[in-house]
Amino acid sequence: MGILRPAGEYDTSYAADMATIRQPWQWGLLAVFLLALYTLPLYASQSTVSLVNRIGITIIAVQGLNLLTGYTGQISLGQAAFMTTGGYISALLVNNQGWPFLAALPVAALGAGVIGLIFGLPSLRVKGFYLAMATLAAQFIIPWFTRNAFPEVLNGAQGLNVNAPTILGMEFNNPQRYLYLTLSILIITTIVAYNVSRSRLGRAFVAIRDHDLAAELLGVNPFKYKLMAFFLAAVFAGVAGTLSAHNIRHLNSETFNLIDSVMYLGMLVIGGLGSNLGPIFGAVVVEILIELATIFGPFFIELFPSTAAGAVQALRPLFFGTTLMLFLIFEPRGLAHRWQLLKAAWRLRPFSH
Amino acid sequence: MNWQLIPQFSVTGLLAGGPLALTALGLVLIFKSTYIFNFAQGQLLLMGALLTWWLAVDIGIPLWLAIILAVFMSALIGFLIERLALRPMTGQPLLSIVLMTLGLSQVLQGLALLFFGGVQRNFPQIFSTANPYKITTPLYYNGNPIVLILKQNLVWSFVIAIVCVLLISAFFRFTNAGLAMRGASEDHELAQSLGLKIHRIFGLSWALAGVVASIGGVLLATSSGLDLSLSIVVLAAFPVVLLGGLESIPGTIVGGLLIGLSQGLVAASKVPMVRNMAEIMPYIVLLIVLIIRPEGLFGQKRIERV
Repeated sequence: MGILRPAGEYDTSYAADMATIRQPWQWGLLAVFLLALYTLPLYASQSTVSLVNRIGITIIAVQGLNLLTGYTGQISLGQAAFMTTGGYISALLVNNQGWPFLAALPVAALGAGVIGLIFGLPSLRVKGFYLAMATLAAQFIIPWFTRNAFPEVLNGAQGLNVNAPTILGMEFNNPQRYLYLTLSILIITTIVAYNVSRSRLGRAFVAIRDHDLAAELLGVNPFKYKLMAFFLAAVFAGVAGTLSAHNIRHLNSETFNLIDSVMYLGMLVIGGLGSNLGPIFGAVVVEILIELATIFGPFFIELFPSTAAGAVQALRPLFFGTTLMLFLIFEPRGLAHRWQLLKAAWRLRPFSH
Repeated sequence: MNWQLIPQFSVTGLLAGGPLALTALGLVLIFKSTYIFNFAQGQLLLMGALLTWWLAVDIGIPLWLAIILAVFMSALIGFLIERLALRPMTGQPLLSIVLMTLGLSQVLQGLALLFFGGVQRNFPQIFSTANPYKITTPLYYNGNPIVLILKQNLVWSFVIAIVCVLLISAFFRFTNAGLAMRGASEDHELAQSLGLKIHRIFGLSWALAGVVASIGGVLLATSSGLDLSLSIVVLAAFPVVLLGGLESIPGTIVGGLLIGLSQGLVAASKVPMVRNMAEIMPYIVLLIVLIIRPEGLFGQKRIERV
């Protein structure tokens, strides 16, 4: 990965070879970028800050899915269901038990992880499309459970109102404040996802994705690593679900639905499967597309009087579906691949090869 | 358990299984020849019903003609989907193909909402809803005979659905095109080397799936009304397909009836929580099938074990 380095310069230590950020100016760029994000509330409108919040939370969910689908190659249509699980656990702990948010978050993440592990069990017997069906079952059974089980606690289909999180006396009760929380957790999950993908664990995932029998012969236990991938994906989903529930302050069985699960998969493909930049590119592009649908919706009302107010709801799936199909046909490796090509072209400039 | 309700609910459940079987048939048709599991089948169903409604109510042509035209248009839609969206995906990994049909389902759902709006529509009644058939059973409860009440529209939908499934099976069994499709489903390359035009077969499968979907859509719309949520009916048909076996046409009937029956039986319970399980019953069955017998009842044991 010695991209963006002049020829003839080599790493002189293993630490340098393993380093993620190789050049001092890259540290500078990163710092400027993070600073720009953290100071966003100072110069951006409230709706922009809300959008960035939503994108950040979506990125976390897609990062989890990337570990499972992108690196391990197991199709999951249940990511939103694990977000529901995490959201409910955290909402109950914070609202009813009075737990501090920072204690509830890891418990919710682990709880979602355990549920993810249970629905990952069929991966021991079936794979590919059959596994997608098993995770689809999670997408029906978990929301059903929240609608019907323990109505006195979970409040049925109405769902729960969720308190704003309080950390060290500070209440994160508006989008501007919440942004700090979202960004900080997003940085942690990005570091975790990145390091999982380049460690022994990530290499085992990739081995299973590329050829599970060959991986087994090389000493990678497919059962163990598949379950770990399911667990990790659900933990990320649990974190994202918790953050989202405390952000919109309300949660019911439809907050994270099948369409969301489909969209996360779509974001992953649009961004780039099995790449750490993929979830970030994909989530940003798709969330902005959806935002465009909200902006362009009113113009369509005049064109299609039959849909009236439904134009926005119609444009969202239309924009998303069309983008996804075009990417699948013309750029199946996603935006991350384009980005790599762009970087390589920059490095080799002025030569084309 | 409300024991006296069981005969009635079983029969209603079985009748509901007919349209389920027809919906599942559309999925099996495509999977059998192309190895593609079509997540957009629900939207094809919706398109068929919406087109029929548009022709019959908005334009005002006779209902029977509207249904025939809608069937042809759905066949064309199915054919075009194969040509434009799935042909470029030949040889791509499973995930890409799954996502392609998912993306397609989103596009079709968006188009349906854009052109027809999200309102509930009155679909023209094909079958009378009055005068349900009454059958007195030889069973007694508290000294009174148990009478089964069968709504006409449910009975006729069931009959039409089952006839369609049987017709398609006959098509596969007795016609040249059916033979070619069965051959293609065995092995794509082998079929091609024997001179079968495999892309034409794929197109035909998708067109047939469109036909089946539009008939299913009309049957469902006439018994339960027409709005955009019609497309989620197909979510209950996924478990039917897996239970019956992905490649098996008779399996769709057996799977449809069993899933319908399981929903009916659960709905007869006295406990509200169990009663509410009717909506997720297909998926509980699905999980059991995946754990015990992933290839389904009549499917081919082709699944590569991990």
